Amino acid sequence: MGERVTLLVGTRKGAFLVEPDGEPNDGSIRGPLCEGWPIHDMAVDPATGAIVAAGGNEWYGPAVFRSDDRGATWSHSSEGLAYGEDADKITTVWNVTPAHGAIYAGVEPAGLFRSDDGGATWQHVEGLTSHPTRPRWEPGAGGLCLHSIVPHPDDPDRLWVGISAVGTFETRDGGQTWDTRNQGVRADFVPGPPPEFGQCVHKLVMAADGGQHLYQQNHCGVYRSSDGGRQWHEITAGLPSEFGFPMAAHPRDPRTVWTIPLNGADRGRYAPEGSLSVWRTEDGGESWSASGEGLPQRDAFVGVLREAMAVDDRDPVGVYFGTSTGQLYASRDEGRSWRLLADNLPSIWSVEAAVLD
Amino acid sequence: MATVVLPRSLVALFPGAPRQLRVDGKTVADVLDSVDREVPGLRNRLCDSRTSLRPHINVFVDGAPAELETIVASDGVVHVIPAVSGG
Repeated sequence: MGERVTLLVGTRKGAFLVEPDGEPNDGSIRGPLCEGWPIHDMAVDPATGAIVAAGGNEWYGPAVFRSDDRGATWSHSSEGLAYGEDADKITTVWNVTPAHGAIYAGVEPAGLFRSDDGGATWQHVEGLTSHPTRPRWEPGAGGLCLHSIVPHPDDPDRLWVGISAVGTFETRDGGQTWDTRNQGVRADFVPGPPPEFGQCVHKLVMAADGGQHLYQQNHCGVYRSSDGGRQWHEITAGLPSEFGFPMAAHPRDPRTVWTIPLNGADRGRYAPEGSLSVWRTEDGGESWSASGEGLPQRDAFVGVLREAMAVDDRDPVGVYFGTSTGQLYASRDEGRSWRLLADNLPSIWSVEAAVLD
Repeated sequence: MATVVLPRSLVALFPGAPRQLRVDGKTVADVLDSVDREVPGLRNRLCDSRTSLRPHINVFVDGAPAELETIVASDGVVHVIPAVSGG
């Protein structure tokens, strides 16, 4: 990624493109785009340079938008984005992830779709929703949503997904069969030992070491896996709370990740004691350090949602996040200090850092 | 031919599409199929299956609430209007 980064910001009321290196309120914000639709996630397709934006509209249903001219004009499609005539109706698209020439979409109610024509038409990845556990999947507070899609960097047949409140699954055969990947992850909201599935993964990310290390922020703690999700180890110790939504992984160092703990699932889900900080580990979660420099340290009763934090691949790494009350923050020093980019956007649902060619 | 009147927020999703057009069709479903041939993808925005309109989409035929199977007269007027909802 070069020096000129653009932030793709999905909000409850449209998509925005933000130049993070500009001054606040200097006109470097474009939007709302996508006709003001609620946008859950955005990405750049490396195969084409197109921007894709996924969401769902209360009146007009789910869709994935696409722009081939850096956001100037948009088309959209939901052709094939359905389970069938008499099946559940898809309400929205939570995640859009290009990988290996395809584009994947995670939807609510939970399922995975794939497009091989740039988002014009979609095919249901039926292997996941025909998993034998499917009749027992239960929604989280945000719905039964497939919100995390993590492709293997080299193997197009390997893919991990995160579903609330079902947990993590992996396929090794291009989506035909799936295995649960929740061993070692707590599910304190059900009695007894942790189940095979039913964990409330909030965000799943991959470290930059070729698919070995995964991290997740869960409803019940923060976890690291060193074997592609087969076994998880809790790394919550040192954080002010086990609860939070977003997580971002360093583009080069597999032991560095960032998270933004909130005060607790049943305590309001805002910055602990109204003091907003981003927490970073540089040793795979063995220890954590916080930085609130440049962030509000009092009376900040804000939340940060699962897709609303991103990193670029500059050196030092730029880290970005948006709040559910419309503030957008950036750090040019790997999360040590922060500055406000915008403070009056709609509720921010997603942030992605990209270079638009 | 029936006259179909579409809402601004729907037409905005299809650059160049008209707010009003005249198409053939004996029922609302037929009319929307005809509209979809003129504006590909539009039917998907209004229907969540072959048999049902999306929950917050209202259709009126000559001023009366209608469903997909409602008959449309040859000179009928079909209004598509998003329901009052949102925040």
